[in-house]
Amino acid sequence: MKATAAIAVNVFRESVRDKVLYNLVLFAILMIGASYLIGQLTAGQDVKIIKDLGLSATSTFGVFIAVFIGIGLVSKEVERRSVYSLLPKPIHRYQLIIGKYAGLALTLAVNVAVMAVALYAVLVYAAWGIDPVVQRAWDAPALDPALLKAIGLILIELLVVTAIALLFSTFSTPILSAAFTLGLFIAGHFSTDLRNFDQVVDSPAAVQIARGLYWVLPNLAQLDVKSQVVHGQPVSFGYLALATCYGVLYTAMLLVIAVYIFSRRDFK
Amino acid sequence: MARRNFAGVLGVITAAVALLAGAVEVQAVREHAFPLPEVDDDTVYVTSGPALRRLSGAYSALAADLYWIRALQYYGGAKRRLGAQAPGSEPPPLLAAVDSTEYSQLYPLLDITTSLDPRFDIAYRFGAVFLAEPYPGGAGRVDLAVKLLEKGLRARPDKWEYMEDIGFTYYWYAHDYHHAAEWFAKAGEMPGAPVWLKALAATTLAQGGDRRSSRTMWQAILRTADIDWLRQQAERRLRQLQALDEMDFIQSRLDALAARRGGPPSDWQTVVGAGVFPGPPLDPSGTRYELTSEGHVQLSRSSPLFPLPTEPQRLGPQ
Repeated sequence: MKATAAIAVNVFRESVRDKVLYNLVLFAILMIGASYLIGQLTAGQDVKIIKDLGLSATSTFGVFIAVFIGIGLVSKEVERRSVYSLLPKPIHRYQLIIGKYAGLALTLAVNVAVMAVALYAVLVYAAWGIDPVVQRAWDAPALDPALLKAIGLILIELLVVTAIALLFSTFSTPILSAAFTLGLFIAGHFSTDLRNFDQVVDSPAAVQIARGLYWVLPNLAQLDVKSQVVHGQPVSFGYLALATCYGVLYTAMLLVIAVYIFSRRDFK
Repeated sequence: MARRNFAGVLGVITAAVALLAGAVEVQAVREHAFPLPEVDDDTVYVTSGPALRRLSGAYSALAADLYWIRALQYYGGAKRRLGAQAPGSEPPPLLAAVDSTEYSQLYPLLDITTSLDPRFDIAYRFGAVFLAEPYPGGAGRVDLAVKLLEKGLRARPDKWEYMEDIGFTYYWYAHDYHHAAEWFAKAGEMPGAPVWLKALAATTLAQGGDRRSSRTMWQAILRTADIDWLRQQAERRLRQLQALDEMDFIQSRLDALAARRGGPPSDWQTVVGAGVFPGPPLDPSGTRYELTSEGHVQLSRSSPLFPLPTEPQRLGPQ
């Protein structure tokens, strides 16, 4: 446990050293710029658009970090040959994988938390001085705590994507890992189409294959409640719990496979 | 060592700035010598909302925002262009817009916006106004305005505001009182709808349009509008209705004067001289009303309230 935590902290420090957190500055600039520009470009709906933009940017920045750092977590160690100096030490291979994953998860959690604070700050600014009559007409209040539900599920989604990237990182090159991970991320948002494949093709075999893929591929669409939250539609805690549970189980499954593959790799 | 480093950085910055300035200058010269072709802003490359919804995946709400901004820019641009081309003129509504390519992409843009985000409330309500407003202030397409609002109702069948808007579109823009009353009645039956909607439905069905009903509706829009533009529109319409009231009053006084004098007055000096008004009457925007040589009062073309709307009329005796 101690070794795993030490590896995790190390990954976090490394990502800070790699200027990963600079993306927060970019996010802040984007949000501040948007809060001013949107007021000029649109007639009303500023708060809705700022929420849409903030949540989408949180998700996009997070996915880029998860993919482009996640794919290098193991492969970089192998390329640099630093894995050879790590393995003789009194740590298990699974600890290395779990520690690496936890370190990147911590980086992502810090990122998402800071972005959430920045988003709320911009929303305070956007809603400042707006007539209460106008505010009552909004689908949801500017400082809606329900935004945290969407942000929480974005974090879960990022944890799944990180696990996918890490899995590929254990046996593939960084470029291929990035391509596979981004492919699965996109496919994960179109899983409903796989489920409804019978509406577009007649072949029962193709329908069965699509159905099988629907259950096997990560269903990331269920972790996306951005639109519901922005429009003030209820997202129940039951739904949140089930979606989170799915994300955690799927991530665990990916990590088990990653540990297995990494354990069987021959580094002699 | 530090001084050398500083000098090096300064040198790089200076060189970068100089090169960028050179590039900007060359670009400016090129643009002057070879102007860029006009960009066809009206093109909507992908016209299928459902296709765009699939393509945008988890970012469909953000894509809807972008299309909404594009729709606003498109509408504003077309309106400004038309305003610049024909100041103060107002061709017959519907007829003028049908053949016009202006506003031709307005409905597709709004359709895509609302397909990407089916709960984009303002895109339906605002968009319907853009579509229904008579040409050149809008597309003059009442049919498309109703179609857009009906699409909103399919997404949110409990939204009485859309039903009220459809009724209002029929009432104000199409003067179709039968359909207007039908939709006001439907809206009035929904939970949370204001009680006056049912009364309005009955009045509209029985009497058609009248200024009092028009005023009630614009006042309701003014009270509930969450957007400055719509509030300004409502205020302008209410001032126009006030101007119509004032013109009726002024005309009655002018007619009385004409009867006394044995002929209509042709200028305000005569009217003021006769003691009918203390001075030339001003409309609610502060612009002087005009008096025709036939003794009719009319709104000045330079008034911000010009042109006055074609008023919904009372139904004739049944």
